[in-house]
Amino acid sequence: MSRAGTITRRLALLGAAGVAGGLVFGFYYTEPFRVNRRLGSGLQKGQHMLTPYVRIDRDGVTIITPRADLGQGAYSIQAALVAEELDIAWNDIKVDPGAPSSVYYNARVIREGLPVAATNGRLDSIAEIISDGVGRFLGLQLTGGSSTVADSCNKLRLAGAAAREVLLRAAETQTGIARDKLVTRDGAVIVPGGRALSYASLAEIAATIAVPTDVKLRDERDWRYLGKPMQRIDMVAKCTGTATFGIDIRLPGMVYATVCANPNLGGALRSYDDSLAAKARGVLKIVPVKGGVGVIADNTWRAFQAAKLIKFEWGKAPYPASSAAMFRKVKASFVPKRRDSRCKNEGDVDAALAGAKVIKAEYRVPYLAHAPLEPMNAVVQLKDGRLDIWTGTQIPAFLVKTAREMTGLAADDVHVHAQLCGGSFGRRLEDDYVRQGIELAMAYQGHPIKMTWTREEDMTHDFPRPLAVARMRGAAKDRQVDAYDLAIASPSVVASQFGRLSLSIPGPDMAIVAGAWDQPFRIPHYRVTGYRVPELVPVSSWRSVGASGNAFMHECFLDELIHAAGADPLQERRRLCSHGPSSEVLKAIGEMSDWGRDLGPNRGRGLAFTLSFGVPVAEVVEVTATPDGERRIITIDRVCVAAEVGKVLDPDNLKNQVEGAVIWALGHAMNAELTFADGKAVQTNYHQYEGMRLHQAPRIEVKALETTGLAHIRGIGEPAVPPAAPALANAIFAATGIRARRLPLISHDKIRFV
Amino acid sequence: MRVIWVDGEPHKVDVEGDMPLLWVLRDEVGATGPKYGCGIAMCGACTVYVDDRPVRSCSLRIGDVAEGAKVTTIRGLGTPQALHAVQAAWIEHQVAQCGYCQPGQIMAAAALLHDKVAGKPPLSDADLDDHINHAMSANLCRCGTYMRIRAAIKSAAAKLQGQRP
Repeated sequence: MSRAGTITRRLALLGAAGVAGGLVFGFYYTEPFRVNRRLGSGLQKGQHMLTPYVRIDRDGVTIITPRADLGQGAYSIQAALVAEELDIAWNDIKVDPGAPSSVYYNARVIREGLPVAATNGRLDSIAEIISDGVGRFLGLQLTGGSSTVADSCNKLRLAGAAAREVLLRAAETQTGIARDKLVTRDGAVIVPGGRALSYASLAEIAATIAVPTDVKLRDERDWRYLGKPMQRIDMVAKCTGTATFGIDIRLPGMVYATVCANPNLGGALRSYDDSLAAKARGVLKIVPVKGGVGVIADNTWRAFQAAKLIKFEWGKAPYPASSAAMFRKVKASFVPKRRDSRCKNEGDVDAALAGAKVIKAEYRVPYLAHAPLEPMNAVVQLKDGRLDIWTGTQIPAFLVKTAREMTGLAADDVHVHAQLCGGSFGRRLEDDYVRQGIELAMAYQGHPIKMTWTREEDMTHDFPRPLAVARMRGAAKDRQVDAYDLAIASPSVVASQFGRLSLSIPGPDMAIVAGAWDQPFRIPHYRVTGYRVPELVPVSSWRSVGASGNAFMHECFLDELIHAAGADPLQERRRLCSHGPSSEVLKAIGEMSDWGRDLGPNRGRGLAFTLSFGVPVAEVVEVTATPDGERRIITIDRVCVAAEVGKVLDPDNLKNQVEGAVIWALGHAMNAELTFADGKAVQTNYHQYEGMRLHQAPRIEVKALETTGLAHIRGIGEPAVPPAAPALANAIFAATGIRARRLPLISHDKIRFV
Repeated sequence: MRVIWVDGEPHKVDVEGDMPLLWVLRDEVGATGPKYGCGIAMCGACTVYVDDRPVRSCSLRIGDVAEGAKVTTIRGLGTPQALHAVQAAWIEHQVAQCGYCQPGQIMAAAALLHDKVAGKPPLSDADLDDHINHAMSANLCRCGTYMRIRAAIKSAAAKLQGQRP
């Protein structure tokens, strides 16, 4: 057997890493509260860390929010979790992303990469322990995988409760009144008789009191903020132009820069001629960087203009030059030596298909760019042996490591100031743009340098979602889906991404088959095989990662099989479903979408279901298909979404995230792809990579289920993405009879959108 | 040297005539409300008013801005202490996710309401939808807040028309 993984081998390997990292049961509650030396050393006079998440000084309390806010509301929800227990008024909340630290490791983000389905109750809890161990061992401070809420929910509430207890004991010390006679209210300890001692006034005494390890959390029935719609703490600033994103940083003596790197990704810079650029107005210095050239100037636009004057001779890319050639590589990977996983293998697929009327199909999905609206940028200053980095990032602790390797500086001399991000969708899990900023700062010391990419540089230097091809066979029997054999070939996101972080993850890459191998359907003969395509273009995590494309392929072909069986797409999925919470979601979607009600001529309704990141999500899309000659002009009228998240912390932000995920997924499914020609990305700006526009946006209705409860809480930033594209394609089939097996859908000559 | 009036304040700038207004604002004046998203007038994140008319500042040369013209950015529209009706509606509907496009969205929406709603006879919901589709579809939001943008504009329109939504 080649790379095909088995659960036991993989768990054993990761389990060993967990033990080496000091995995001890029951350690969980006390460890997050240890303030290590590095966190302590960053404090200014009068500031104290009560826990790694609560800083206090004479002006009051600041909540540390180490997970990046990429637009998903992470700062607000982290603040709410602490504030709920710490007892401070909403309008008094101040947040700071804090300094990078291994203390802020993510215990949950590895979970999705393990070959244990979320539906596997017994192994699921073991997988969570392993994820915690690996996260701790690697000091993995990382925002991603819809893990912020699941990872933070207990940690941050406990941190808030522990800090509150410290403040109560500080008040006891100061007043001599017994702890059990004291209460808290809105940032103050209240003594009998009603006198309020503000937390700020207790700061100095609190700093001397040991943090308790045995605090009790509020019952969820007593929650004041959590579980109710909250005003996001960044909303007023974002609506008044007063929010500062990384690209908005302004510092004394700051200069501006841009970088042009080889658009043949990974190719060398052979030579360049900057004689014209060097004479351009405002240019201060032209600096070679890895694979390209940086222009430092006194204004960003002048840097952009000067960069256009440089003549480059680029080396070739290490991958095939065109998308067609890359798809040929993908299709050539359905061979035994490329087999990466077969973690789903029920019944006997080959035998079941041998005597049956076999339905076959091939599906494909393209590369997709992240293209957040704020292009990649970083402000970096190297001055007197101290490096400062101001940037939007999902990996602040890795940036410290990167900077140390590049500059040789000690950890104490590297300071990362995480900034608000103008979108990310996974893009800021990479450090390429920060590396360029550091190179510029090393070459032009003493000044903060704001390095900004042009949109064209951003589009052509992404680490895209990988392309993939699926080949499937299946059969129906007695009006039921009987056999489903799915093979998916794709390059490995995990190998590409973790390789750049100098980390190697053993075993199969579950992202190749995510959203397909782990679905809760009891099909009698059911097999999902992943094939790993050798690296082509370097790839990375794109909102919902492997499931983003696999759900389209898995759910559309399941729809084909259901139609072949003559069954109803909802009833057949409900019949096949083997997982309680997923069944509830399917039941809910049927009710909210009026499934079965006639929609009238030229209209259709499509259903898809995906369980990803532990969250079962069902979506129904309704479309109108207006005939236009041979073509059909599609209007997306309505989308219904039902999701099971365990517990909803902010119903309004959840709804906003689901709406955004649906628009994101549908927009890309409609019209977006990143293609390559001559080794370079063809699409350079939004006129060639449109996504959805306002006039195309449907009505979206969202229902969040909480049947599994707080202990099973999950994040919702990504899980609503995967089922949207297949629900749309299935709706188009229902309305028109056209079965689109490729994304984007406009690659079908009969499909256009309004 | 030229003088540019931004949010009511004069600023002396020394720039070539073909520098886009956006970069004069962001890097010379220090007005970072308008954002750089595409540089080719495809996303609308850089929308500001020149003499009360919305423009894509990434694609308008400073040399084409009349001497003495009044430039208004998102910070001149309203402030956290004195919100414009559109900003208040945005907050009421919790529109923003990453928020990077929202200065441009809000400027476009406020211009739409100024042109089509304020002081005009009340519009039907369908007519207002048409105006919203027309005025707002050139503003890109990668986070997908379009439904909330539509709802917030309707909410602000109802207030401007003296109706309760």
